[in-house]
Amino acid sequence: MINRSEQLSNQLMWNRLLSVVEEQAQTLIRTAFSPIVRECGDISAGIFDLKGRMMAQAVTGTPGHVNSMAESVKHFMNFFPIKEMNEGDIYITNDPWMGTGHLNDFVLTTPCFKNNKIVALFSCTSHLTDIGGLGTGPDGTDVHMEGIYIPMLKLADKGKINETLLSMIRQNTRQPVETEGDVYSLAACNDVGCKRLVDMMNEFNIDKLDDLSNFIFKKSITAVQKEISKIPNGTYSNSMMIDGFENPIKLNAKIVINKNNLIVDYTGTSFKSNFGINVPLSYTKAYTSFGLSCLISPEVPNNAGSLFPYSISSPEGTVLNAIYPASVCARHIIGQMLPDVVFGCLEKAIPNLTPAEGASCLWNLTFRGVQKDNKSIFAITAVTNGGTGARPSKDGLSATAYPSGVKGTPVEINEAVAPLLFLRKEFKPGSGGRGEFRGGDGQIIEIKSSLEKDLEILAAYDRIKFPPRGRKGGENGKAGSIKIKNGRNLKGKGTQLINAGEILVVETPGGGGYGPYKKRSKKLSILDKENELG
Amino acid sequence: MRLAIDIGGTFTDIVLEKKHNIFTKKVLTSAAKPELAVIDGVLELLEELKIKPSEIKMIIHGTTLATNAIIERKGAKCCFITTKGFRDVLDIGYESRFDQYDLLLDKTISIIPRRDRFVISERTDIDGKILNPLNLDDVNPLIKKIKGGKFESIGIGFLHSYANSKNEKFLKTILKKEFPELQISISSEVCPEIREFERFTTTAINAYIKPLMSRYLKSLETNLKSSGFNSSFLLMTSGGSLTSIKNASGFPVRLVESGPAGGVILANSVARELNLDQVISFDMGGTTAKITIIENKNPSKAREFEVDRKSRFQKGSGLPIRIPVIEMVEIGAGGGSIARINKLDQITIGPDSAGSSPGPACYGLGGEYPTITDADLIVGKLNPKNFADGKIELFPENSKKVINNNIAKKLNFSLEDASIGITEMVDETMANAARVHSVELGHQTENKTLIAFGGAAPLHVSRIAEKLKVKKIIVPTNASVGSAIGFLKAPVGYEIVQSYRFFLKDFNPKALNNFLNKMENESKKVIDLKNISSKLSTERFVFMRYFGQGHEIKINIDNRKFANSDIKYLKKNFENEYKKLYGRVLPNAEIEAMTWIVSISTNQNSEKNISDIKNNILKSSKDKMRILSVENSKYIDVAHYKREDLKPGYLIKGSCVISEEQTTTIVSKKFQTKVLSNGYLEITETRRTK
Repeated sequence: MINRSEQLSNQLMWNRLLSVVEEQAQTLIRTAFSPIVRECGDISAGIFDLKGRMMAQAVTGTPGHVNSMAESVKHFMNFFPIKEMNEGDIYITNDPWMGTGHLNDFVLTTPCFKNNKIVALFSCTSHLTDIGGLGTGPDGTDVHMEGIYIPMLKLADKGKINETLLSMIRQNTRQPVETEGDVYSLAACNDVGCKRLVDMMNEFNIDKLDDLSNFIFKKSITAVQKEISKIPNGTYSNSMMIDGFENPIKLNAKIVINKNNLIVDYTGTSFKSNFGINVPLSYTKAYTSFGLSCLISPEVPNNAGSLFPYSISSPEGTVLNAIYPASVCARHIIGQMLPDVVFGCLEKAIPNLTPAEGASCLWNLTFRGVQKDNKSIFAITAVTNGGTGARPSKDGLSATAYPSGVKGTPVEINEAVAPLLFLRKEFKPGSGGRGEFRGGDGQIIEIKSSLEKDLEILAAYDRIKFPPRGRKGGENGKAGSIKIKNGRNLKGKGTQLINAGEILVVETPGGGGYGPYKKRSKKLSILDKENELG
Repeated sequence: MRLAIDIGGTFTDIVLEKKHNIFTKKVLTSAAKPELAVIDGVLELLEELKIKPSEIKMIIHGTTLATNAIIERKGAKCCFITTKGFRDVLDIGYESRFDQYDLLLDKTISIIPRRDRFVISERTDIDGKILNPLNLDDVNPLIKKIKGGKFESIGIGFLHSYANSKNEKFLKTILKKEFPELQISISSEVCPEIREFERFTTTAINAYIKPLMSRYLKSLETNLKSSGFNSSFLLMTSGGSLTSIKNASGFPVRLVESGPAGGVILANSVARELNLDQVISFDMGGTTAKITIIENKNPSKAREFEVDRKSRFQKGSGLPIRIPVIEMVEIGAGGGSIARINKLDQITIGPDSAGSSPGPACYGLGGEYPTITDADLIVGKLNPKNFADGKIELFPENSKKVINNNIAKKLNFSLEDASIGITEMVDETMANAARVHSVELGHQTENKTLIAFGGAAPLHVSRIAEKLKVKKIIVPTNASVGSAIGFLKAPVGYEIVQSYRFFLKDFNPKALNNFLNKMENESKKVIDLKNISSKLSTERFVFMRYFGQGHEIKINIDNRKFANSDIKYLKKNFENEYKKLYGRVLPNAEIEAMTWIVSISTNQNSEKNISDIKNNILKSSKDKMRILSVENSKYIDVAHYKREDLKPGYLIKGSCVISEEQTTTIVSKKFQTKVLSNGYLEITETRRTK
């Protein structure tokens, strides 16, 4: 590949890197033990240059890892300088502030060598089902209640696995075998990435990635900046109320656009909660930049360059920049609201492009209880969603995840895994806000224990007090709710008991509508009526 | 004598096999009544060869008709009846988006709208126990709705009906009595597997295409009979085996994508002839490329695929069909795919294609965008005077113009660099897809053999081989009608997949033996045993997992009666396979059996092995073609041969161009090409790269 115009080979190598990280991610998905990884794709994988800049990242189900993983490699490099890295080393952490926002996510980084010289770093993360503590819910009041906390450590030193660390991990989870298996699968996927990278470097006859790295960043920065510069200069603000845990929370944002730079600042946002819904700044940045990318630069793949033009901040101590020892286990609830907040700002700058607010946070049905044998405990998380906000030219999507991209599980599989009986799971007609374009509908779900025994629900829901708002005269979506059929209301957050024989009714929120309802086309109105949805 | 007919979107391919000779004919598909073109084409070919219809022993047919009816939404008006409380399963799906960043994304909508989905009170639980029998009070209102809707076909899907089909069958009986003229498809027969979204969708699609397909098959059969044919008539299925008209009419969903399956069967028969264990089948035509992994002479099979995928053929963007199927990845990159520059100044390919009208710019039919074929022409891979055996004239000036205007000027590239840029990008895209797909299946691409067929594959295969580190390529004869030839090689067979769930610790050999025997008997009933001379063989598989895990793995098990002690046998087989895939086993986790497969097929004819022949090193041809070098974008002269002039044993060292009527094989300098005793081209790497 000599003499070829440099631009062309750089383009080809960039494409190849995207394929390399995709292979890295597929290896992780294929070998992981946690169902949430295998079924739902809750992982991330990427390659970094020797300055710690992310060059490429696999497109997976979790925007929450977009920027947070990009930052984490820099933290690793502070603890383990490049010069001291050896072939066969693997570094590990689950620090929420240096990793991807909660203890359940283990992040592993592996230096990659070609001819005994370090050329790049591969990093990956996945969600482990159980890491001890209270379990996956927002009940904890500090991070140490949420499970084992691993500092920046070497998982392997020149190829030798740190057995002491592995036994510590095994001892601190309810699922030792699966957890250990997941750690190994993370390590294996980095190895696959490294092997493919070295193959590529041989094929294209290069020994360093510096030129390619600069090419990727320059192209990406320019492309994103070009899109930002199309937005009129100015300051655009928005705020959104959400339920919170003990008190409602205000999410307040100001976006400043100055030529080709975009600054998001969350000053004015409520202070941290006493419970595990707090968000570390890295995770705030992740969902914020995801929302911005969707709207401004969806064509540009994620890398340090494409993220560079976006600066994102929130004052220390706010719920969006919660600091140690805040509890952060269910940080996704608020994190997933941030694209809506950002869209509300930018609607004022580039009208007619942003969707209305949606259900936005996942409405996962997480249950715990006693198995049929009366001895063992079951735990299940069934990924569940409300509706997305209506778009400027289209209805919202019913029962669909946004911004999260994880997949749900079928009712029959849920009933196979846990002693649950679903009595109903279908659209809730009319829950999407009316408008020229309708918000996506939420769902009505009715569940009981198939053994007629007590169940615990680990609730982590929002938009019960404050429904998704419509845009441009579109009506609000219907708020969500959680209650016992013909009985009491339950709280939106926290572990609660459902007595034997009771039926739990969960209604997920509908998305907001777009534009005034009277402008809805006749054709669509007729379809709504025919389909009994309007 | 046997006849194979493959109806594609544009062309209908007809292949006649007489002893070991193959005769082919391509006619235009008559879209409105496809059977007409078939009959005309077949009769023409027979007349040319002076063969009477009555001499034909067997007709094998594959068609994209079912696929097209789904994609174009031209199926029957039908309704779907499901368990009360679950009306929207067909729309809710996995609650996910197939493109993370697209705010204006459209999800593929269900083939049966909510308006035509009705519910009835009934419920079966996970163990097959009936919690609520069919509520008869709901039946009359339901009958009224069906009468009001003027439906041609009905689908029925109840929760957990794979475990107990009683409620579904009861409703079918009631409705059959009430509506004897309507077709009824029930999920416990179409797809008796756990996972309601896939089972219901598959059933709905079956209901949707059933009236159309049974009408068509009946008409074709009648037409063939009145033209004097009295042979047996079999249909190609997506699983790669042949089935009867009766079964195809009942379960037409199994005919979807049967054409591409034929191509893979051809590649598999090549693998058997040449004794190749590690193969990638590579089929590239006008609009897409398809890749399948073949290991130990068995194409990789899946239980599910998606039909009607959206742009870029993204995963999750289509409708899932859960049937036994040959597994392939499809990429929107064929000869007609259009090249563009994106916002990052990168060349991107497809997924849209210029098709055959207007076609690539070089056809001179008004195509305004550069396609892969245009780039191939400028690179020199195609001879403008001899394209499609001289039947289509190519205009290189048009290609130059569109590549210059749309690619070269925008990137500040020379025409040559831009053209190489396009071909490199498409080869890179296909190599990447092959690599990622291999990883998904737990394979590597290195050291496999690529088998290339379809009009555009031989043009690109050697560069792709370099990128995949593949050291051997085979280009079979008649590569451009690969699917139809594949039909002739396919076994007659049928596969039943059914869920039967239990923990291994609760293993009940008697119940399992009964269950598997029943499946085997049902499969045998489906296979029309008359006209089948060869012996049947049975294969069994089970999908097992550790309890609590999301996905099952496929285990091959013995075809025999099981006893109590076989609990160990099942455990050992599962653990071996698990270890092979994931590196370790979980000693304390519970093992669960989920779904079972019984697959019956005729033994495949043992292929004639090729004979070794002495190499006859060919002097470089005086006839040259000028081809752009990938390395420096400069033209170099490359030896050109006509395939018909190449005799078995000939060996060509280094780069060359071998042209034939429907395609051209381009070999780069890393390789040497040998003509095998049966005429296949075997292209192997000559020197190791570092």
